[in-house]
Amino acid sequence: MFPLAIRAITATSAMGTGRAATAAALRDRRGGLAPCDLAGMPGGVWIGRVRDAEAVEPPAPLAAFACRNTRLAELALRQDGFLAAVEAARARHGAARIAVVLGTSTSGIEETERAWARRGPDGALPAYDFERTHDLHALPRYVRARLRLSGPCVSISTACTSGARAFLDAAAMIAAGLVDAAVVGGADTLCRLTLHGFGSLELLAKGPTRPCAEDRDGISIGEAAAFALLERAGPGDAGGIGLLGAGASSDGHHMSSPHPDGHGAVAAMRGALDSAGLRPEAIGYVNMHGTGTRANDAMEDRAIAALFGAAVPCSSTKGWSGHTLGASGALEAAIAAICVEDGLVPGCLGVDRPDPAFASGIAVANRAARIDRVLSNSFGFGGSNCALVIGRLP
Amino acid sequence: MTLSVGVAGIGLLGPGFAGWAAARAALAGAAPFEPAPVAIPPPALLPPTERRRTGPSVRLAIAVATEAVQESGIPPEELDTVFASSNGEGQVIAGILEALHAADGAISPTQFHNSVHNAAAGYWGIAVGSSRPSVSLGGHDQVFATGLMQAAVQVVAGGAPVLFVAHDVPLPPPLDAMRATAAPFAAALVLTPQRGAHGLLRLAYHAGTAEEPPLPEAMAALRAANPVARALPLLAALARGQAASLCLALLEDSHLAVEAAP
Repeated sequence: MFPLAIRAITATSAMGTGRAATAAALRDRRGGLAPCDLAGMPGGVWIGRVRDAEAVEPPAPLAAFACRNTRLAELALRQDGFLAAVEAARARHGAARIAVVLGTSTSGIEETERAWARRGPDGALPAYDFERTHDLHALPRYVRARLRLSGPCVSISTACTSGARAFLDAAAMIAAGLVDAAVVGGADTLCRLTLHGFGSLELLAKGPTRPCAEDRDGISIGEAAAFALLERAGPGDAGGIGLLGAGASSDGHHMSSPHPDGHGAVAAMRGALDSAGLRPEAIGYVNMHGTGTRANDAMEDRAIAALFGAAVPCSSTKGWSGHTLGASGALEAAIAAICVEDGLVPGCLGVDRPDPAFASGIAVANRAARIDRVLSNSFGFGGSNCALVIGRLP
Repeated sequence: MTLSVGVAGIGLLGPGFAGWAAARAALAGAAPFEPAPVAIPPPALLPPTERRRTGPSVRLAIAVATEAVQESGIPPEELDTVFASSNGEGQVIAGILEALHAADGAISPTQFHNSVHNAAAGYWGIAVGSSRPSVSLGGHDQVFATGLMQAAVQVVAGGAPVLFVAHDVPLPPPLDAMRATAAPFAAALVLTPQRGAHGLLRLAYHAGTAEEPPLPEAMAALRAANPVARALPLLAALARGQAASLCLALLEDSHLAVEAAP
């Protein structure tokens, strides 16, 4: 199944609109989190809000898709020459030979939240386009129509692994010969359901999230859209950025708590390395799921240490972006590509020293280094685990 | 490009279809089809504390998955899974939306973790003690055909059997007015790299619209009542055990061509 060439990759989150802004934020250690100023949200929390997306409108023929998630997806699609790269792929392969495989946890549910507040005296919702906003399929349908593609359309919703899982499922489609290329990634946007949901689990940080800190106190929720164009790699692609491997597993343990020993996380990482034909020492940096909760970061540290010891630098970049849920795997795949291209290990933001109980090689300051391959972790509710290897094509 | 996969086990639950074994004659046209309310069994595989937390969509999924896997004879913990549902657990989503707009705005942590679209997959993993990879898909009215295509892709790409489960239950008010789903319906297939007890399926993706096959009147009504029931022409072909060729609609501009070979 691997490797696959990543012909284009783009990301938009609170840390930056497009890859250059995202890379600059990483380099300058400038995070995108701020105190929450959206109405109806839990008090005293910080969020990663993409204000620039709020005024974006989809092109007129697709106006029915307008909602917070579509606006953010549209803003992201316009960055980094992504539209042109897909156009070129369409000319190469034909519109029906390119799949759209995208992850989201809550799609445009924010539209239903708004409608709910305007229910009539009989409890009925006011009219809105549920099918093109709230429904999970709305995101890939929008992107597919926007890119004038006519290949298979798949919506993935595996909670916080959705965006990473899209890379793996699209790779299987290319390997099976169903398509020649795929637009993959994910988009998730701020909504009351997720903020209050994580609030109900007492998992929201009081200030900006500080993954891997000894006194870390939880998650900051963010929003993001990130997309990549995958194709089979050819001999001329050596040295370019590619998807070198991917692995997944289930915990089979609990709906919202990870297995404390991280068995599922280890299995996903091992699966990713095996599919890439790589040993752990071939990895130059691990981009952690690192949500900033006590349980996730401790579990993930144990899992990483079991495979890598303390030899490989690892960090979470959610201190910049917040936890962007179903988009996080795609956002962090783009960050992994930046780390390879720029030769950067971004140390956890806002963390003076890592949790002294941790055994893995947590980085808390930026360091320059040649990075050829990054392992990127995503874990989610329902015991879903997914790991990607992004790096230079052999 | 054709995806070729075997069918080693089938599970089914819907109005008038109390399991694949019980439904087979009616599907094949050898017995009358009599729609009746669906009794969704509690998931006996789950420990009681977890069982209590499951909603109708999750229970429906686990019921058909259990039937299909038993028929296949493959240990459940050895199967990768593809779950597909357009509505997910609507009653949980509606409950959270209601709570968010109530005076205190408090939602329950259990409700929140049950609201994820992969709840059925998560509970299945707990029920059978599986650490195998799992993916959960949406797909609106095309959820069955999309899920079947993706499950077949995994079988062909991975060379290993996959459990495919499609399940949908009606949304509660007021969401039901936004998306009508009149009855619960779920189907599960254990797909294998080689021919299975139910033969082979050959699947091909095509751009362009296609006519969905005709069904007897009562079954056509059921097909319109639940997106997963769009599987009925394929299930009928599998029940008859004869070669068949049919189309399942994908988005408005594409379809999945399916050939069943016993």
